[in-house]
Amino acid sequence: MNRIKQRFEVLKQQGRKALIPYVVLGDPAADVTLPVMHALVENGADILELGVPFSDPTAEGPVIQKAHERALAHGSSLRDALTLVKQFRETNATTPVILMGYANPIERLGYQHFIELALDAGIDGVLTVDLPPEEAGEFNQQLGEAGMENIFLLAPTSSDKRQKMVAEMAGGFIYYVSLKGVTGAGNLDVVSVKQHVDHIRTLTDLPVCVGFGIKDGASARAVADLSDGVVVGSVLVSKMAELAARGETSPQTFSKAVSSLVAEMRDALDN
Amino acid sequence: MNKKASIDFNQMPDAHGHFGPYGGRFVSETLIYALDELESIYRSLKDDPEFQAQFDYDLAHYVGRPSPLYFAERWTRETGGAKLFLKREDLNHTGAHKINNTIGQALLAKHTGKQRVIAETGAGQHGVATATVAARLGLECHVFMGEEDIQRQSLNVYRMKLLGATVVPVTSGSRTLKDAMNEALRDWVTNVDDTFYIIGTCAGPHPYPELVRNFQSVIGREARQQSLAQTGKLPDALVACVGGGSNAIGLFHPFLADESVAMYGVEAGGFGLGTGKHAAPLNDGIPGVLHGNRTYLMEDENGQIIETHSISAGLDYPGVGPEHSWLKDIGRVKYVAIDDDEAMDAFRHLTRIEGIMPALESSHAIAYAEKLARQMDPDQTIVVNLSGRGDKDILTVAEIDGITL
Repeated sequence: MNRIKQRFEVLKQQGRKALIPYVVLGDPAADVTLPVMHALVENGADILELGVPFSDPTAEGPVIQKAHERALAHGSSLRDALTLVKQFRETNATTPVILMGYANPIERLGYQHFIELALDAGIDGVLTVDLPPEEAGEFNQQLGEAGMENIFLLAPTSSDKRQKMVAEMAGGFIYYVSLKGVTGAGNLDVVSVKQHVDHIRTLTDLPVCVGFGIKDGASARAVADLSDGVVVGSVLVSKMAELAARGETSPQTFSKAVSSLVAEMRDALDN
Repeated sequence: MNKKASIDFNQMPDAHGHFGPYGGRFVSETLIYALDELESIYRSLKDDPEFQAQFDYDLAHYVGRPSPLYFAERWTRETGGAKLFLKREDLNHTGAHKINNTIGQALLAKHTGKQRVIAETGAGQHGVATATVAARLGLECHVFMGEEDIQRQSLNVYRMKLLGATVVPVTSGSRTLKDAMNEALRDWVTNVDDTFYIIGTCAGPHPYPELVRNFQSVIGREARQQSLAQTGKLPDALVACVGGGSNAIGLFHPFLADESVAMYGVEAGGFGLGTGKHAAPLNDGIPGVLHGNRTYLMEDENGQIIETHSISAGLDYPGVGPEHSWLKDIGRVKYVAIDDDEAMDAFRHLTRIEGIMPALESSHAIAYAEKLARQMDPDQTIVVNLSGRGDKDILTVAEIDGITL
């Protein structure tokens, strides 16, 4: 069974909510990401979302844009993401890993070739920001045949018709974008999130997780109470940026910093 | 040509915005609703006689259309070969073809009731054209422009400010047109309820490539009538520069079904195609996905978009409108490249022998037309799209000449 499904079943049995941290591959240096991934798991991450750097990340706010730039500065690529997850799997066979990124690097490898490499690396799902259902048909089918989950976004602006279309195509979980805007924006509206999540739940049995605008334990808890889990990105990435700006290079320093942030959120979700 | 003859060019793109494998709508979920809204407004107004009448009125009385089709007699004589005609888009209000499209999109914006418009700009011509229509309609206007382009196009930056627009410097990525478009998309996704995005070229997510083409097609429709009136026949060849490709598609589209008319899109060859430092994705790129559509792109082996180079800021873009990608693949239009030096020579030459100073973008078309004319007969005609005037480039040219103004 796909690790994402498995994980949500376990969470359901335990009555817990999914904590899904996001970091960008190779940010700020190639040797930082692997220890950070392990540290995130040790401190309570249920699923890891690994951002694949792209030159034109149009859905990202300034914090994550800069992370993409830092990673690209030393040539991080989709191929590195595949290698990295393979290394991660040497000591972790259970934590689901999702790649989040943009269509062009995947198209450059070719859908089928990418899927073969991703399966071999132990990747469980992909979220391709600029492949909405209308454009994702072929890729979606090939992912399905390979047993990989294609995770789709739904937004406050998604029409009812589109919500149904996404619910039919999506795998893994539905990623509900809590606000209009780019990653890292701050205007989280809990009432609106509840309305939308409730409605999505009438359309699908998939878990619904919420991302964009979650900054700390309190906001994570508020959103998790209404959904099946939370995705946390900019707050972690911004911590990494702060350390990088100070000239920190030791992977342990980065791991320690994200650990305490994730541990705080885990605690807020569980207690 | 049989296969091409069976294509109804007016039926492209398909219902989902695809031109063969190109085009489409590759954007994040939040923007889909805004694109749906734009498409439905455009569909409802496209064939509405009142809307068309308003558009035609503005083009006639505000832009100054029709723009002349000018027989460049001396240029023709000195070149030797086919007769060279210039479609004078440089004589439009604001000095380039860009205004045709911003008039159209501003009318759409007015129908949505949105009070704020945004735009991306490279050379600043589209930014100026947007700021102009925004001033006229009393709309708030934000223009995103790469920091590098702000430096090299300071005249246009000041023009936009005088027109009441806010010019937002873009400091991400390569700090040029592509990054300005990224930033405009980010602004749009954040302010989608009250903001209309006026895209300047025939790229971006569906329905932009279609509606920009249709607004710009006034160029080709006029050129067709003017050619028939002045020469008694259709031109034998059309030549236009291609960055995103809006002036080219505007000239080409009304002629696509005319098999006797050859078409040449001229990309920016920069330092030369062999150097990799250029902006010619149709000559030296591969298909990929950027800015909401699938099209030919300049990218590296990892699928990262690479920095382009052209002497003209308006052609300095790693992608191209999806319809051009399709027209290349089906062989209807031939895409060629002219390098920086050739464009500069053409700029100087046309200025000196015709008293017409072309934009550096349009100078690429001028340079290729000259090569083409020499291979053709004197009874044949070429229409070259003089898409903009060169005043905005004077500082760039002076700098090349080592002169500080």
